[in-house]
Amino acid sequence: MKTGVSKGISEIKFGLLSPDEIRRMSAVKVITPDTYDDDGYPIEKGLMDPAMGVIEPGLKCKTCGGKVDQCPGHFGNIELAMPVLHIGFIKEIYSILGSTCSNCGRIKLTEDRIKEYKKKIEEVKNKLHEIDYDDIVSDAESEAGDVVICPHCHFENKKISLDKPTTFREEGKKLTPKEIRERFEKIPNDDLILMGLDPAVARPEWMILTVFPVPPVNVRPTITLETGERSEDDLTHKLVDVIRINQRLRENRDQGSPQLIIEDLWDLLQYHITTYFDNQTPGTPPARHRSGRSLKTLVQRLKGKEGRFRSNLSGKRVNFSARTVISPEPFLSINQVGVPVKAARELTVTETVTENNTERMKEMIGRGPGNEDSAVYYPGVNYVYRKDGSRIKVSDKNSKDVADKIEVGWQVERQLQDGDIVLFNRQPSLHRMSMMAHEVKVLPFRTFRFNLAVCTPYNADFDGDEMNLHVLQSQEARAEAEILMKVQENFLSPRFGGPIMGAIHDHITAAFLLTYKNPMIPIDLGIHIMSYIDIKEVPPIVEFEGKKYFAGRDIFSTILPEHVNIEFKGKMNDKILDPEGTEGIVRIEDSKLVNGAIDENAIGQSKGVLLDYVIRKYGNAVGAKFLNDLTRLAAGIISYIGFSTGIDDEDVPHEAKAQLREVGRESVTKVEKLIENYRNGLIGPEPGKTLEDTLESMIMKVLSQAREKSSEIASHYLGMENSTVIMARSGARANMMNLAQMAGIIGQQSIRGQRQHRGYTNRTLPHFKKDDIGAYARGFVTSSYKEGLNPTEYFFHATGGREGLVDTAVRTSRSGYMQRRLINALEDLKVSEEKRVLDTENSVIQLVYGEDGTDPSRSYAGESIDVEFLVKETFKKKYGGGKK
Amino acid sequence: MSKFNILYHEMVPEHILVPAEEEEEVLKALNLSKNQLPKIRKSDPVIKSLEKITGDIEPGRIIKIVRKSRTSGIATIYRMVIGE
Repeated sequence: MKTGVSKGISEIKFGLLSPDEIRRMSAVKVITPDTYDDDGYPIEKGLMDPAMGVIEPGLKCKTCGGKVDQCPGHFGNIELAMPVLHIGFIKEIYSILGSTCSNCGRIKLTEDRIKEYKKKIEEVKNKLHEIDYDDIVSDAESEAGDVVICPHCHFENKKISLDKPTTFREEGKKLTPKEIRERFEKIPNDDLILMGLDPAVARPEWMILTVFPVPPVNVRPTITLETGERSEDDLTHKLVDVIRINQRLRENRDQGSPQLIIEDLWDLLQYHITTYFDNQTPGTPPARHRSGRSLKTLVQRLKGKEGRFRSNLSGKRVNFSARTVISPEPFLSINQVGVPVKAARELTVTETVTENNTERMKEMIGRGPGNEDSAVYYPGVNYVYRKDGSRIKVSDKNSKDVADKIEVGWQVERQLQDGDIVLFNRQPSLHRMSMMAHEVKVLPFRTFRFNLAVCTPYNADFDGDEMNLHVLQSQEARAEAEILMKVQENFLSPRFGGPIMGAIHDHITAAFLLTYKNPMIPIDLGIHIMSYIDIKEVPPIVEFEGKKYFAGRDIFSTILPEHVNIEFKGKMNDKILDPEGTEGIVRIEDSKLVNGAIDENAIGQSKGVLLDYVIRKYGNAVGAKFLNDLTRLAAGIISYIGFSTGIDDEDVPHEAKAQLREVGRESVTKVEKLIENYRNGLIGPEPGKTLEDTLESMIMKVLSQAREKSSEIASHYLGMENSTVIMARSGARANMMNLAQMAGIIGQQSIRGQRQHRGYTNRTLPHFKKDDIGAYARGFVTSSYKEGLNPTEYFFHATGGREGLVDTAVRTSRSGYMQRRLINALEDLKVSEEKRVLDTENSVIQLVYGEDGTDPSRSYAGESIDVEFLVKETFKKKYGGGKK
Repeated sequence: MSKFNILYHEMVPEHILVPAEEEEEVLKALNLSKNQLPKIRKSDPVIKSLEKITGDIEPGRIIKIVRKSRTSGIATIYRMVIGE
């Protein structure tokens, strides 16, 4: 490949286009407001004059003779009948008008002051940042703006005001652009530096247009629809308006029409030119298309998220990428991604033919591009490049010939095969784990698939989410991705220095079912479950009443790496839940689970102690294998044992219902009692609170106690034989409070942490008496989800729910913008080999990265070293670690 | 004349003016040029208070700051004084 000569940019200077320059660079003087004639040929001197460049292939440019890809396009020009203000310089025109004398054109400062300012400017001249210069200019202009009598010619200047967007008035009298231009022409070059202008490239009168540049046709191409209909670009539409009005203005002026008509046309020309530059100028109605859509003119092309900068320069479309819907596949490793055959046949990796791979390449090329329907997938070849770079498309017909022809040094665009490294990404890409490297596994059907443990880092679910895939093209990229971006290398999140991936939902339920109270698994079932994983050794068989069983915990132990010795507290570590201590304390001795139930605290994402231990002690590869085995085993367990839940899981006996109802009633009466006491003046204010606040907090306390009590009752009657309770206790999903809300009392609905109190005059809803501040009138819900809510309860519940929705909507937009600002501020900082954080000028931001030089994704919960772990591992049993 | 000295406030880390003759040594140990250091304005309240003790501090001098750090306990950093 050819590499160009790279040149550094040392300086950028902005200037104004002078009328002369506009005429000089113009290839044609545009005078006709039309584009094409009836035969479809561009009209001479029209807006599509071929002198302004070519957009149709085959034609040649009238100016430079280049074809479509050679001609850069050429500007045209329009001679304006009357001068018009440039909307982009209104602010500058205003301040220059204000600071110069309307009689002599000098800046309204004494010679001494001018000298002082010039000296100051000289001082800051060679500084890198020009902010100081801008400050001096604005100081000078504001000082000159306040002067009435010109120090040079002693003329009494009038006050000038700006009628937005484009009308200047001098004590009420309108200043025409022509008059402004005449004044600006009088300003001497020497004064311009005080107004922030460099006379070499910018004269102030150039801010008022007398000649209008017409951009090349390349900038505003005609789009031809399939029907053959032509559609012009928005800019062309606007230019048509400009030319049309310009012509009418010229005619009227030459005919000597009444001043009023000329002024109206002049204003109209000003409007068209203003909207040509910026169609969202405040105070100007946006120019619209016939359909009512507002036109996208120059500023709109550049500005904002869809503008040229953010959409086309900071972000680009790429090749070798694919996007489709995602779905789960528990039999894939966490490092893999399932790629549909259809995508795999399109996506390619370029390989160079060498002496060592010629045979393999020939075989692949011989297969041709393949088709989607073949039963087994073998990678084919789509294109072959000869040594000179010319391309051969491989088809079923020529595949054998091409295969025979290839020589060492040819490039082969080979289809994706199992084991290729690709990048996989889900938007919004909020953190580094949003884009990770996976190994390809080509699969049938049309979705990308991956292991469920990888949902967490991508924040993905399968309700229609789509994800992107990028195929890496160079050996270096593949190596780098594999070392830095592979899923297993991102186990530990830099956010909290712990595993971000782990077992979720059914994985936890399954592991819990397998280990809670160490169930006896019949031998056939056990063998089936273990067939999902590779086991080195069959666990011991237990005989009971003549039948053979495996112990559930022994089955779990088969997926543990060697020499695991750890003891930690599980979620069941509670005297009431686990009186004998056989479930809550998880103890693993020499890779054998001897005590405890495996739950969220052991293998869950971000808090799984066992998972964390395995990853840290044995490394990412073993950690990945552990999680792979775990998810496979879980799939086996839960699909063979079976697990289900329904609303009748929240059925509670009659006595429980009575108790729950009593709790609701009791708390309502308690609240009434409190209110009565308050009305009788029996309640004193708590420190720092008004009497009303005190009452409110007392009521809140009573009502939250009600919910707690109902939760207690519900958990008393709902035992571990209940599916929902299993999920809640193991940490797979939901918690006991959710169950209590289904079975017992939903409880107080709050807005901003307070009881509901807004709505009608002195009451929340017309269903209540005025000034009723009792439990029901302020959003206490005594029904359960299962029974259903009454209308007022339903309303209060909806208000509470709405608050949540609004909060998330507000939070996402706000945090998105905050993150954008952070990224833009930090994007080009780098960490040097000495662990220093430097910016692009090599200035120090931090002497040592994070002040301790620790990579948070290699840290132990943010600490550089896990001292406790080291002590235990070093001194073993003596200090609470495992044996040996 | 204020009685309050911000240097004694617990939220203000320790600022030490590096003696001119030691500057080179410090920069050598850091393997940095003076201009690479983070900056601190001469008009910064801390520099103003420090000037009451050390006399005028010219732009270009180096200030050593020792502060508490959440990650490393104590962190030492250096700043160069700039004008205004």
